[in-house]
Amino acid sequence: MGFISYLIDGISLGSVYALIALGYTMVYGIAKMLNFAHGDVIMIGGYTVYTIVSTMGLSPWLGMAASVVVCTVLGVAVEKIAYKPLRMASPLAVLITAIGVSYFLQNMGLLIFTASPKAFTSVVSISNIKLADGALNISGVTLVTIITCIIIMIALMFFIKKTKAGRAMVAVSEDKGAALLMGIDVNSTISLTFAIGSGLAAVAGFLLCSAYPTLTPYTGAMPGIKAFVAAVFGGIGSIPGAFIGGILLGIIEILSKAYISSQLSDAIVFLVLILVLLIKPTGILGKEIHEKV
Amino acid sequence: MAILEVNNLSISFGGLMAVNDFGLNIEEGQLYGLIGPNGAGKTTVFNLLTGVYKPDQGRVILDGKELTGKNTIEINQEGIARTFQNIRLFSQLSVLDNVKVGLHNDYTYSTIEGILRLPRYKKTEKLMTERAMELLEVFGLADEAEYLASNLPYGKQRKLEMARALATNPKLLLLDEPAAGMNPNETAELMENIKFVRDKFKMTILLIEHDMKLVAGICEKLTVLNFGKVLAEGETSAVLHDPKVITAYLGE
Repeated sequence: MGFISYLIDGISLGSVYALIALGYTMVYGIAKMLNFAHGDVIMIGGYTVYTIVSTMGLSPWLGMAASVVVCTVLGVAVEKIAYKPLRMASPLAVLITAIGVSYFLQNMGLLIFTASPKAFTSVVSISNIKLADGALNISGVTLVTIITCIIIMIALMFFIKKTKAGRAMVAVSEDKGAALLMGIDVNSTISLTFAIGSGLAAVAGFLLCSAYPTLTPYTGAMPGIKAFVAAVFGGIGSIPGAFIGGILLGIIEILSKAYISSQLSDAIVFLVLILVLLIKPTGILGKEIHEKV
Repeated sequence: MAILEVNNLSISFGGLMAVNDFGLNIEEGQLYGLIGPNGAGKTTVFNLLTGVYKPDQGRVILDGKELTGKNTIEINQEGIARTFQNIRLFSQLSVLDNVKVGLHNDYTYSTIEGILRLPRYKKTEKLMTERAMELLEVFGLADEAEYLASNLPYGKQRKLEMARALATNPKLLLLDEPAAGMNPNETAELMENIKFVRDKFKMTILLIEHDMKLVAGICEKLTVLNFGKVLAEGETSAVLHDPKVITAYLGE
């Protein structure tokens, strides 16, 4: 039973990675940039919930809604202020800017909320579920995380395949010039992508903080980087890839914590990144680009 | 009345005058050809007309409206659509969805309505699909509507580009080398298609082409461009027999 219980924990952690990785992969697909500040949006989302629920004593539902709104606005604002002026700049300039934004958000967190860890009250109030005569104990948070991730994944696939805005996103990600000439507003499509990615990061944020209830200004950094690994693992730019990569990475992390060493688990996660880059740089679902010569 | 009026259009890249004092008058419903040797500036003219490049000087007037200085999206909404020399379809989208991207601005529902699948979303998407299918039927692509655009054979990809451009509901359609890479049979079929589009949609068409058989076969008037300047213009047969034009193509 131990193995199944670890597996479920892994899927749950993986679901959080998948939600964050979706933001990475969608932004990469459409703006061709790695938004390394994405992980820190999670932290801002976590603090928003903390402020509303623990400090102000309001309902967790309000906290979650506010967190999604704050992160969405933050994501769009970061794109407009920091990345949009660099649309024509070299990819390296954009990458460095993204790292800069990441440090900016972390230090803003430090300034407002100080470095002392805050105890995060779980937003999930469902009690544990016992299966197989109590041998298998699944926490409410774990279950809610997995279900939320699946629902969001299905909704997102539907949104991209079946709506105007989704089609515009695919069109812009493939060929900005041709999309413009068909009358698609490229700037607002990119904004929408950042909005969706950051909204999902907020959801990932309060689910993550509910499962691991300490909140510091650096809370988002590690999951952010791991979600990036997940996105690369699954094939960056691919939405199902982000999902599969996230889940697999979560399982790998929890199983290595359980059976190998909890100190080494992070090292193993990054080993996965190195192996993927060596063996299949395009990731599980990534497409190889053949250049015609 | 001329539907497209272009005066003194010029642009230079560095020291090179890519297009120099270019002028053009196209009547409504005309099939107009823009020809010239390689590097004459034909595609640059298209890029100027669609706002991809900003001209150094000159004016573009479409159907009485000034387009000079407008951006690509605004120009598209005013009614100029184009296809590309190297096909630029959205290869990850289905044939149907490519056309629906062209319909993007004529049909509206908010993103929220789309996410929540409200009635207006369903109704609008249904109308869009119907309109797109009509266009696909015109080009004989209705059976392939669900294919990925990248899986279509070459000739059909060219047709799909035309269908997608027409979906934006243009007054003027620009075709950049529509017959490039086609065999004689495909070219003959394409000529029929272009004429059909003109007649069926009452469309004004400006096309760039190297295939002289196509140009002579369907264009009513021609402008010849050489080194960025207009070398000759007028009725097709007169222009093609102009000694200056023959020299430009074949040398002295």
